[in-house]
Amino acid sequence: MDLILDGFRMAWHLLVTLDKEVLGVTLLSLKVSGLATLISLLIGVVGGTVIALAEFPGKRILVSVVNTSMGLPPVVVGLFVTIMLWRNGPFGEWEILYTPAAMVIAQTVIASPIVMGISIAAIQNLPPNLRLQILALGASRPQMVWLLVREARLPLLAAIMAGFGGVISEVGASIMVGGNIKGYTRVLTTATVMETGKGNFDTAIALGIILLLICFAINYLLTLVQQRERPR
Amino acid sequence: MKRLNTLTLLMAAAALLGAFLTASPAKAASKNLILATTTSTQDSGLLDVLIPVFEKESGYMVKTIAVGSGQAMAMGEKGEADVLLVHSPEAEKKFMDKGAGSSRRLVMHNDFVIVGPAGDPAKIRGEKTSAEAFKKIAQSGSIFLSRGDNSGTHAKEKGLWKGAAVTPEGQKWYQQTGLGMGQTLNVTAEKKGYTLTDRATYLALKKGLGLEILVEGDAKLLNIYHVIEVNTAKWPKVNGPAGKAFADFMVSKKAQEMIGKFGVDKFGAPLFFPDAGKKPESMGL
Repeated sequence: MDLILDGFRMAWHLLVTLDKEVLGVTLLSLKVSGLATLISLLIGVVGGTVIALAEFPGKRILVSVVNTSMGLPPVVVGLFVTIMLWRNGPFGEWEILYTPAAMVIAQTVIASPIVMGISIAAIQNLPPNLRLQILALGASRPQMVWLLVREARLPLLAAIMAGFGGVISEVGASIMVGGNIKGYTRVLTTATVMETGKGNFDTAIALGIILLLICFAINYLLTLVQQRERPR
Repeated sequence: MKRLNTLTLLMAAAALLGAFLTASPAKAASKNLILATTTSTQDSGLLDVLIPVFEKESGYMVKTIAVGSGQAMAMGEKGEADVLLVHSPEAEKKFMDKGAGSSRRLVMHNDFVIVGPAGDPAKIRGEKTSAEAFKKIAQSGSIFLSRGDNSGTHAKEKGLWKGAAVTPEGQKWYQQTGLGMGQTLNVTAEKKGYTLTDRATYLALKKGLGLEILVEGDAKLLNIYHVIEVNTAKWPKVNGPAGKAFADFMVSKKAQEMIGKFGVDKFGAPLFFPDAGKKPESMGL
């Protein structure tokens, strides 16, 4: 029990003194996971809308694949991205393994199916006649799609939360493709693993608490937006 | 149009983040150095002391990938690392024989110790040889935690079992963690078992573990670290000059002094003993 209290004390200490290293690690976590979430939002919402609205053979299989991918294990993603980015691998020319960019790529691969899966469900859950109504009122096809996405924006906000929550808390892919390099690719989760390995449990707990606080703050903000826009 | 605000906000955030990431200047590729090393050099804190000095002196940016010695050498064999700092002499010799490395130099040593609970159920305390101690652990069926990850420590441990003429694999009391040294020590403490550890990581984690050194001082327990430059002839993409600069630094007078002093203020005794320039024969190799 003392240990957990020590952890809280340490977290408080690191936060109020604005410890430079912890601040850097926290900011990097936010940047990498934030950017990955935004990219996957683009991929996920566009892809999800197309899949939800289009009719084509094999649609059910594709949706099943997307839904399965929502649970992609981060370490498996990390392994494949690492192999792809190796110097002597297919994308070795880019020389981005062990950089924040590589972490963004891996996290985007993890978050995109989550956003896409929720998007598909959100669009498909709209009343089926809504499309016909919008078209009947004289909207063009792009206008119709835009209106549908807007109608589904509340579940889409949930998609952002799920995607962001998934990537900021994952450690397997980040440690593999980032390498946990001090001051460069060390994020909250990989630092927690390392401090545990070093036996600095109080620091590890403190980092965990900071991670939870950030997740809470971001989800709170998104929830505020979501609840404010509750449809009448 | 009020509803569009959310979207505009998101886009602005995206632009901002993009600017953030691109603003952190990507250093020129040739200034990057990938160091693959064992967990003990990171978990003991030694690299945190050495690397900043090297980076400042040379201008290289070191990407330290702390894995087991086995994995570090596997990375070297694929040309995915520029320089290795490892402690698995047998495997290192094979690595050099394959032509994967262009130079291998002695850096430092410390020793392995057998640690276990204070109660010592297998009664190995004070045993003179590791072989005898391992035999007793096997006979008493006391839990032994193995790294199980092909690291230098794991390689050493397998050799010691061989010396004790015991085949531990598959035995109920023999458990493999597959984790780094620090975490394996934590597991060992939790299970009140025995394990083989390098002294540096043990000392760094000692507080709160509740594990004691039970066997030490056997010549077979020597733990020797070498720095290996990966062969650029085999892998043209390997950053040869950077690897050489780091290897040269590790055996330089300055680094060797820092290695010898590391840990003295905190533990009252050094964690590593500098050995650069010594003949391998003098270490019993």
